Amino acid sequence: MAIFVQLLMAGIATGAIYALIAVGFALLWQTSGTINFAQGEFVMVPGFIMLGLMTLLGIGLIPSFIITLPISLFLFGFLFKRLLVDPLIKYGDFPLVIATIGLGILLKEGTKLVAGARGVFFPELFPDKILHFAGFSVSTSDLALLGIAVMIIIALQLFLNRTFVGRSMQATAQNSDVARILGIDVDRMILITFLINAALVTVAALLITPSYLAKFNNGETLGLLAFMAAIVGGFNQVRGALIGGFLIGVLENLGAFYISSQYRTAFPIILLILVILFKPEGIFGRPEERRI
Amino acid sequence: MTDKSSNIDQSIQGATLAEDTSSRILRILGLVILAIVIIALLFAPKYLGSYGLYLLSFWAVTTIAVQGLNLVMGYAGKISLAQAAFMGIGAYTSTLLIQGTGMNYWVGLVSATIVCMLIGALIGFPALRVKGHYLAFVTLGFNELVILVLRNEDQWTNGPIGIMNINRPSIFGFSLFEADRFYYFCFGMLILVSLAMGYMIRSPWGRAFKALRDNPDRAESLGLSTTTYTLIAFAIGSGLAGIAGAMHAPMVEFIDPQSFGLHRSLLFLLMVMVGGRGTLAGPFIGVFFAILLPEWLRFTEDYYLIIFSIFVILLIIFFPQGVAGIGPYLQKRFSSNQQKEAI
Repeated sequence: MAIFVQLLMAGIATGAIYALIAVGFALLWQTSGTINFAQGEFVMVPGFIMLGLMTLLGIGLIPSFIITLPISLFLFGFLFKRLLVDPLIKYGDFPLVIATIGLGILLKEGTKLVAGARGVFFPELFPDKILHFAGFSVSTSDLALLGIAVMIIIALQLFLNRTFVGRSMQATAQNSDVARILGIDVDRMILITFLINAALVTVAALLITPSYLAKFNNGETLGLLAFMAAIVGGFNQVRGALIGGFLIGVLENLGAFYISSQYRTAFPIILLILVILFKPEGIFGRPEERRI
Repeated sequence: MTDKSSNIDQSIQGATLAEDTSSRILRILGLVILAIVIIALLFAPKYLGSYGLYLLSFWAVTTIAVQGLNLVMGYAGKISLAQAAFMGIGAYTSTLLIQGTGMNYWVGLVSATIVCMLIGALIGFPALRVKGHYLAFVTLGFNELVILVLRNEDQWTNGPIGIMNINRPSIFGFSLFEADRFYYFCFGMLILVSLAMGYMIRSPWGRAFKALRDNPDRAESLGLSTTTYTLIAFAIGSGLAGIAGAMHAPMVEFIDPQSFGLHRSLLFLLMVMVGGRGTLAGPFIGVFFAILLPEWLRFTEDYYLIIFSIFVILLIIFFPQGVAGIGPYLQKRFSSNQQKEAI
């Protein structure tokens, strides 16, 4: 029982980080119809930028994160939208899928060229201590990760539901034509979504890179986990992607311990295939209407 | 009034005439290029060392796999990110059967193809229910599952280390050990597969695939069964990957799970796009750009992938139809200019 609780906690903590990545992914899809196959690389690269700044400038993790954040916003928010999404989005989602796959390979190989193929140590944000109480043991670092991720998720939800800009973004996501008629600057709303996604992946990079080591091909696994979380939970709802993230994290941890640690990533994939076959709109999503 | 309409008639005639001549010129040009390429490939062993021949064999094998993916993506209009996994299934099935039972190479190759076709048809089932990006993720997940099995079931697959010292077979009592002989084998297989593919695309099946891609609702209302044709496309496309896998194993003389990972599936997809999906020449061009060109330009693989991916992104932005789409694009430009002159 104690082990179960511990695994559950660890699963929820990593799941919260997957949720951050998946929510950004779902937001891009909702407001602009972009399916970002480079999302995993968007998490991998800021990790390396932080490491690079730390060694170049000799600063700590937190200052380096603060410098990295605007760089990420510019690269993965602004430039990504202007250079890749804007020219391609009018051709439908397929060319954009190909282009983001190309972008993913570009980022991966570029990182390998600059930083090498070896995994690099990435400092933990919090010291990992095990707390014992009432017969259960919980890792402090898991608790802290969970706390940060949950705070960001709550802030994002408040922003989306309570502020004017947030509600305009939701209107854009639901029906961009009507939103435009209502006088909402749709293009600006889409840009804000891209910036939010860039911020989310940078935070995710800060939180998750320590447990993976910084490595050029981290994006493959992380991207796959984020896609799975978004689809399992429901692609067309932020709430769905959130719950999907937690679900994937828990399933992965429990499956690895109780069934087989070698097949760790297999459990979410099997869940993904089942969900797509039997409830393609996701466990918590709305069905998408068919055209014609 | 009559003047005007006859004028329009004339200009339409002029336009179709211009289109006819320009498309005829392009077709003749295409045939000439094809002839030159085939002759060059036939005489390649005279001028290339064993490494050059290995590369050309590699090109031929990859082209077979990419032709399969092109059938699924370009003709049936379904996305698949599991082509490398099918190649892996083909490579492991044939190798394990041949090493385990000592069976004939051809029997191993055919068994690998059949196994891939069956699993491919199974993967086709989700394709019936979901479309677009969902299918991309199902196939992507499947690719990852296959790699996990290959890596972890080491009593059969020897795990992450892979299987070494795979023998090159003899066919009809003729050993393929030498690089030039193996090259001719790959070249012959490529021609066989391409002829079969060309024949199929022109057959009623091929037309059905295109109809389902361009307008599924209309095709179905005309009595075409989406179910049957989607499953056929997936089965044949995966079967070609199986053939390519069964050829890949003796070519490299080594297989491991990593060679068939997601990374490779993504590259296959880019090769289809670069060549131009839904065209017969597409896979040849796409694989040429991905495998042969970097060697001639003397790039290392890592460096080249960066250039290749930038190239793909620019290509998608400027020519969404791929390199093979540039020909028809120029033709259209050319004939529309003529049209303007005629009017």
